[in-house]
Amino acid sequence: MPAGTLYRGREGMWSWVAHRVTGVLIFFFLFVHVLDTALVRVSPEAYDDVVATYKTPIVALLEYGLVAAILFHALNGLRIVAVDFWSKGPRYQKQMLWTVMGIWIVLMVGALYPVLGHAVREVFGS
Amino acid sequence: MSLNKEATDATAIGDVEGVTLYDVDHPAPVIEAPRKRTKKTPKATRGNFEMYGWLFMRLSGIVLVVLVLGHLLIQLVLDGGVSKIGFAFVAGRWASPFWQAWDLIMLWLAMLHGANGLRTIINDYAERDNTRFWLKMLLYTATVFTVLLGTLVIFTFDPNIR
Ligand code: HEM
Ligand code: HEM
Repeated sequence: MPAGTLYRGREGMWSWVAHRVTGVLIFFFLFVHVLDTALVRVSPEAYDDVVATYKTPIVALLEYGLVAAILFHALNGLRIVAVDFWSKGPRYQKQMLWTVMGIWIVLMVGALYPVLGHAVREVFGS
Repeated sequence: MSLNKEATDATAIGDVEGVTLYDVDHPAPVIEAPRKRTKKTPKATRGNFEMYGWLFMRLSGIVLVVLVLGHLLIQLVLDGGVSKIGFAFVAGRWASPFWQAWDLIMLWLAMLHGANGLRTIINDYAERDNTRFWLKMLLYTATVFTVLLGTLVIFTFDPNIR
């Protein structure tokens, strides 16, 4: 790589990359999600069969990942809006990013039991 | 006059360095500011499409925070989380016009927001004109298909399908 051409945008660059990646992931999920929901027009059995896979432990992990992606994209999206519309937004963008990450961690810990609890019970019995 | 002779010689520098062609009697031609709107500028410019797209991303994003996070709370957290979901559960929810409207608005906003986001990403990374064109056609086709299918499913849902 030629010297001195690597862009080092620090936190702002990485939050932009993460916003992009999570946006694409959510879009692809939504495409599949509308297809699976459309099965309610086929038959109750077809819908319940597919939804059963949503309840397996491995898919529960994917759901936790989806929640992680959406929570980051939503919170960071609000930060972008604040940077663009609030006159002091650009000055506090870094503090706002750490606020976003703080709220994100709290919500992710809060989502652990509701989203993964049933999977843990299934894998470890009881 | 030596200045006039210089002018016909098509050089802006006079005999002595620092002497220019122009003075009070011979003003320099005006150079128009780049992108200035003049009489020659066509009336039909490209419009403000990208600005409205930018604004839509922000406004729809704010609404989606409520719609999508509310949806996730209902589907994954309340009332036993995913375990409760099934045909009967959906039938119960879509019996209410409120949740039908919620899902419909969420479907349209999320799809348009996501599609516009992906359009930006395609424009950023697909460098060949052909690639860019076909990727966007694929994106628009998938988007129209998904929005229409989702809308149809909400409006034609039949709890007594069996
Ligand atoms: C794993 C997490 C999710 C679960 C378990 C889930 C579950 C469901 C269920 C059961 C329905 C049927 C209707 C209803 O009950 O309201 C539905 C519909 C819908 N969901 Fe989700 N959802 C999830 C995530 C999402 C996300 C992240 C989005 C948006 C980005 C979303 C967007 C929609 C839309 C637009 C509909 C209406 C579909 C249609 O018009 O046919 N869902 N979801
Ligand atoms: C939950 C609430 C959401 C908020 C607050 C939000 C906010 C935003 C904002 C402000 C942008 C503009 C970024 C820019 O112009 O630079 C954006 C981009 C984007 N969003 Fe969302 N969004 C949300 C939900 C979604 C959903 C449900 C999807 C997928 C269906 C999605 C997919 C995308 C994509 C693909 C981009 C383009 C990213 C890029 O250009 O780098 N977003 N979002």
